Amino acid sequence: MPSADDTQTADDAETGSDTPTDEAREGLLAILSDELGDALVASHLKPGDDLWIRVTNESWSDTADYLRNRQRFRFFDFVSAIDWMPSPYGRSLSAAVDDQLAEAEATSDEAAVASEDAKTGTGADGYTGGDTRFQVFARVYNLTTRLGVTLKADVDESMSIGTWINTYPGAAWQEREAHEMFGITFTGNADMRNIYLPGDFEGNPLRKDYPLMARLVKPWPGIVDVEPMPATENPEDAS
Amino acid sequence: MTAVNDREQLAYIASQAADARVNLELEAEGMTLNIGPQHPATHGTLRIVLELDGEQVIKADPVMGYMHRGYEKLVEVRTYPQVTTLINRIDWLSGFANEVPFILAAEKLMEIEAPERAKHIRTLLFEMSRIANVTLFLGDMAVQLGAVSPVFYAFRDREYVLNQIEAVTGGRFHPNFDRIGGLKDDLPAGWIEDTKVAIQKIYDFCDEMEDLLVGNEIFQARTRGIGIIPADVALSYGLSGANARASGIDWDLRRDSDVGQGGGLAYDKVDFKVWTHPDGDSFARYWVRLQETREACSIVEQLLDTIPSGPIMAKVPRIIKVAEGEAYVATENPLGEMGYYVISQGGLEPFRVKIRSASFSNMSITPWLLQGTYVPDVITILASLYFILGDIDR
Repeated sequence: MPSADDTQTADDAETGSDTPTDEAREGLLAILSDELGDALVASHLKPGDDLWIRVTNESWSDTADYLRNRQRFRFFDFVSAIDWMPSPYGRSLSAAVDDQLAEAEATSDEAAVASEDAKTGTGADGYTGGDTRFQVFARVYNLTTRLGVTLKADVDESMSIGTWINTYPGAAWQEREAHEMFGITFTGNADMRNIYLPGDFEGNPLRKDYPLMARLVKPWPGIVDVEPMPATENPEDAS
Repeated sequence: MTAVNDREQLAYIASQAADARVNLELEAEGMTLNIGPQHPATHGTLRIVLELDGEQVIKADPVMGYMHRGYEKLVEVRTYPQVTTLINRIDWLSGFANEVPFILAAEKLMEIEAPERAKHIRTLLFEMSRIANVTLFLGDMAVQLGAVSPVFYAFRDREYVLNQIEAVTGGRFHPNFDRIGGLKDDLPAGWIEDTKVAIQKIYDFCDEMEDLLVGNEIFQARTRGIGIIPADVALSYGLSGANARASGIDWDLRRDSDVGQGGGLAYDKVDFKVWTHPDGDSFARYWVRLQETREACSIVEQLLDTIPSGPIMAKVPRIIKVAEGEAYVATENPLGEMGYYVISQGGLEPFRVKIRSASFSNMSITPWLLQGTYVPDVITILASLYFILGDIDR
């Protein structure tokens, strides 16, 4: 219902007790690790920002059920997947730009940001780690406590994981999308037709080893347009 | 006599059986009706396959992807500043509002905060995009019911706001104006006064729509009690924005998230009301959007009077590299919650971006919602859910 006093609500959100605090997230994490037990593999908490948990592949569906029905995470945000394999096609920016970058980095103070070699070779990366190339991740929200949780789970070579549609029916389309884009099968979700791609499309476009042909055929010039104009390409010819 | 009676009786039984067979055949086959992909009621290229029993929908199966552009793949080979050009085109009626959550996610990972003035102007343009977007809905809803003139007023009055957006950003639909750490440019001279005039036109437009439609008997008959979404169903399908608020869910990321309250957008500086409606029907969704447009006008007016002075860009490295990490930032866009889950591996380009677009989730309820409705209501319900195809297909 509309709140009677809008000034009040605005103030509440800013200074009121239900503003997400570290204690709130830490308390939630304590409850979750208590109740989920072995199902919870890893967690990551960024104070005042967000909470990440990683659960086992087998408990993926049960965790959703637990979060919605026991912890009142009523609002379903999304389900999707990640392919942690570094792209076999390398970084997309062309060598010319990389040179410029190296040059700029040598002369600037902001070289502190992590560089390309920080990437790990195999397995999942990210805040909660992981052992497999593919991970599914999802987000649910508790509107009362105003806390969101990002869940992750490993997906091994069998490329299958439980479905969420019995808990959050809105996951149906998102799972179809993850299926066509990554090739992950959600067991229990009978409708695994392609949602965006044509029905007979081959391949899983969001996998890192799926080439983006447009980019391979013609390298992107990158930050600045380094491509010379046709007239200036060969000055001898022009004169 | 008996013979005639027998004959009559047999004829009667035979005719009854024939009728029953015909009915049975009709019922068993039903009818499949394709709406779209090129249908005026689908705002683009959504196709809905309806299985009908007479006028009643047995099963509705939306088919999308006719406009899938693969942004999640494309952004992986672009630098962060280049990404905004693409994501402008997700919800094309409010381009600026699409940029904001992505830029905020990048800022969060880089631990950069935009200056107050930039946050303020961002919020201003964000709300003006909302007006430009929702205005069209307010007129378009009437078209779906057979009243053609309101949409002309909508197109006419939206232009005042678009002109003001264009005056600042140079683009009517795809501003590409938001930058990591601030904004591309400052406001032009005299813009504030012009915008105040434009906002008055939108107030008038809202009053006009209310006069024309909300009290209209046909409008009420076609929308009241049609397409009711209970609050709990709305949440488990991930409905957000005005669709959720029309089901009585008092939830607005402008008010209820850190991002809205000063962490990127300056909604903490203004007083506004989050409108909800308990009914959850098509009428409620129209009514909530109408009130929200007025509220957006009032937010714009308040922001125009309180623009702080100062720089519009924070100190940002010339070449933007985003620190390793993951961030999810969502804002209350005109269509609902729009969020970007950005995974960075410390490079020039994002490693993976999951785009959580509002219309995709809002439309995922249609197979449930359209079941059992009648064909003319399908159009009203679709219109009242208000989706933009680019926001579904991404």
